[in-house]
Amino acid sequence: MTQRSRAIWPWAMLPVVLLAAMAVVFGQSGLVQFMRRGVPPVEELTFERVTLKPDVITVGIVNGGPDPVTVAQVLVDDAFWAFSIEPGSKIPRLGRATIEIPYPWVPNEPHEIMVLTSTGLTFAHEIPVATETPSADLRFFAVFALIGLYVGVIPVAIGLLWYTMLRRLDRRWVDFALALTIGLLVFLGVDALHEALETAAQVAGAFQGTLVVAVGALGALLVLQMAAGGSLKRGGVEGRRMVALLVALGIGLHNLGEGLAIGAAYSLGEAALGAFLIVGFMLHNTTEGLGIVAPIAHDEPRIRTLAGLGLLAGGPTILGAWVGGLAYSPLYATFFLAVGAGAMAQVVMALYRVLGREAEGSAWTPLNAGAVLAGMLVMYATGLLVA
Amino acid sequence: MEHRSVLSRRELLTRGIAGAAGLAAFGATVSATDEMSGHAHDPHLAGTVGAVPVDGFDPMAFLEHFDRGRVSRLPSGQTLREYDIVAIDKEIEVAPGVFYPAWTYNGHVPGPTIRAAEGDRIRVRFANGGSHAHTIHFHGVHAANMDGVFEPVRSGEEFVYEFDAEPMGLHLYHCHAVPLKKHIAKGLYGTFIVDPATPRPPAREMVMVLNGFDTNFDGENEVYAANTVAFAYQRRPIRIVKGELQRVYMTNLTEFDPVNSMHLHGNFFQLYRTGTSLVPHEFTDTVMLCQGERHILEFTFQHTGRFMFHAHQSEFAELGWMGLFDVVEPVA
Repeated sequence: MTQRSRAIWPWAMLPVVLLAAMAVVFGQSGLVQFMRRGVPPVEELTFERVTLKPDVITVGIVNGGPDPVTVAQVLVDDAFWAFSIEPGSKIPRLGRATIEIPYPWVPNEPHEIMVLTSTGLTFAHEIPVATETPSADLRFFAVFALIGLYVGVIPVAIGLLWYTMLRRLDRRWVDFALALTIGLLVFLGVDALHEALETAAQVAGAFQGTLVVAVGALGALLVLQMAAGGSLKRGGVEGRRMVALLVALGIGLHNLGEGLAIGAAYSLGEAALGAFLIVGFMLHNTTEGLGIVAPIAHDEPRIRTLAGLGLLAGGPTILGAWVGGLAYSPLYATFFLAVGAGAMAQVVMALYRVLGREAEGSAWTPLNAGAVLAGMLVMYATGLLVA
Repeated sequence: MEHRSVLSRRELLTRGIAGAAGLAAFGATVSATDEMSGHAHDPHLAGTVGAVPVDGFDPMAFLEHFDRGRVSRLPSGQTLREYDIVAIDKEIEVAPGVFYPAWTYNGHVPGPTIRAAEGDRIRVRFANGGSHAHTIHFHGVHAANMDGVFEPVRSGEEFVYEFDAEPMGLHLYHCHAVPLKKHIAKGLYGTFIVDPATPRPPAREMVMVLNGFDTNFDGENEVYAANTVAFAYQRRPIRIVKGELQRVYMTNLTEFDPVNSMHLHGNFFQLYRTGTSLVPHEFTDTVMLCQGERHILEFTFQHTGRFMFHAHQSEFAELGWMGLFDVVEPVA
């Protein structure tokens, strides 16, 4: 340790020590009671994962409020019911508990779970359509892999086939495809951001869902910018390949979030994945394949590279579906969706640079600007199918 | 008779030892072995988990406790019954682990069951130890200034209500301070029985006040019960001797819901509406009670075993207004 740093440390620690002392004084002095004015404690319980097995409902709850909460009774469909709670009925701040309720629930009908706390407050959760939660067996992994395959992997792979068309087009139209990709990604990024904020609303208050979105999105953007910055600056084949990789990664992260949502909804009986919905997702996601190959259309990439990029973009859907089906948590879903949004923003920046370099300074020709809009409109139109 | 403000198990045991005839079966009813052990984990029976300690308020003791007041005779020869009632803010346990910030008469909900004979003079010294202005509004025939409506008794003040007990029947009393809904929902009510000059035939007598508690203050009850504690008589069934006449004084003081009801399993009952007649109005097994409506029910069980009684509104039943009679053979 140098002379200089020895001189700095005490000064760095001084505010920290003072703060700790203040906290102790505050805690000991009864100031808390004085400031509370006798107002009852604020309780906040959030439902996380609800699973249904024959005659048993299991509910995960988290205490996101400032004070401990004691679960006194549990009601199912407006009836007091037997239950057991682990690890205990008193849930500390930011603590979790699992409630098991032996209840003869009725398949395909809604049920409402309500927790009654010791102060008489109630927290309710609705199961829109009761269906048995899949167990983590071979059948589960197969079914959810199939869903991921259909929704994510196959559409992206099909989209990649546009490569053969793109490589025959002249540069003007490849630029058009790049601009179209920007449109697609802006759409997906906004979509991911929206989903992230929506999911953030389900996150227990203390975990600050909205700020998880900000940190996740900005964090992803900065990390990718840092990691890919060198290649992007150098440009050329290496730069374009990096852009393709980033597009695939961004889309992959988005699809991970999509998989999480589909897996959770499907396993919780919240979504009937009809044939129409699957076809909609396929159309919607096929355009993503086009985006991946657009930057490298004239670089003669190997089939292996294309397959790898496709897997990076589509594969996470399967992973997401598995995780969503087995262990959905609004907090993690929010984070991954935000990371996806951040990655998308970074890719849009990178693509804009490629486009600018290709177009030698004037990226926004009418054709390119139109392409961005067209990309968004295509996503919007195919998005109607999955609404 | 000494006035008792809070019922306790200890008090009841003392009374049991004293050998009060009407309470002969009490010790057995209260014993812990009678609890329906393990029912909480029976998926075919709704109910709460855990138990409400009976040291604060024991529904089993309340069931058979009638407060006849301090008795003396006026110069005119009329019987005088004096009562002390204090309004107290108190947190009560309405279901295991669920606490409700109640307003009470004498520290418990419902308030004491006041019992007199037709024509007795009633004198109630009401002291308000609560944080809000309260009154006691008795149902019955009395002077306008004894109606407990226009004379709010402010916190720390007193008021004496005095009137003759009439007409005979099953009545009620409750706070009539405004906002009325709030003062009743908070627990300020009780039963007022006026016995006929010629007493009804001997019977085992019980008092049940149908009530509910809006624990999260959203204008709907989360907990329903007969005598405040959800499922109290399901957890500890009321013991009944086969062939013995049972008489239930049932009053509905449920707030927010316009009606409540009573249904008896495996039996029918004679119904005396408002208890104002000695001739039954109806022979039925289900009766509806509006807010403030009350009936006397009489029945005799022909079979032994456990029989439910509960609101026939299934929702109320599964939210706590559910109990069991355990009918046993008479001891030889």
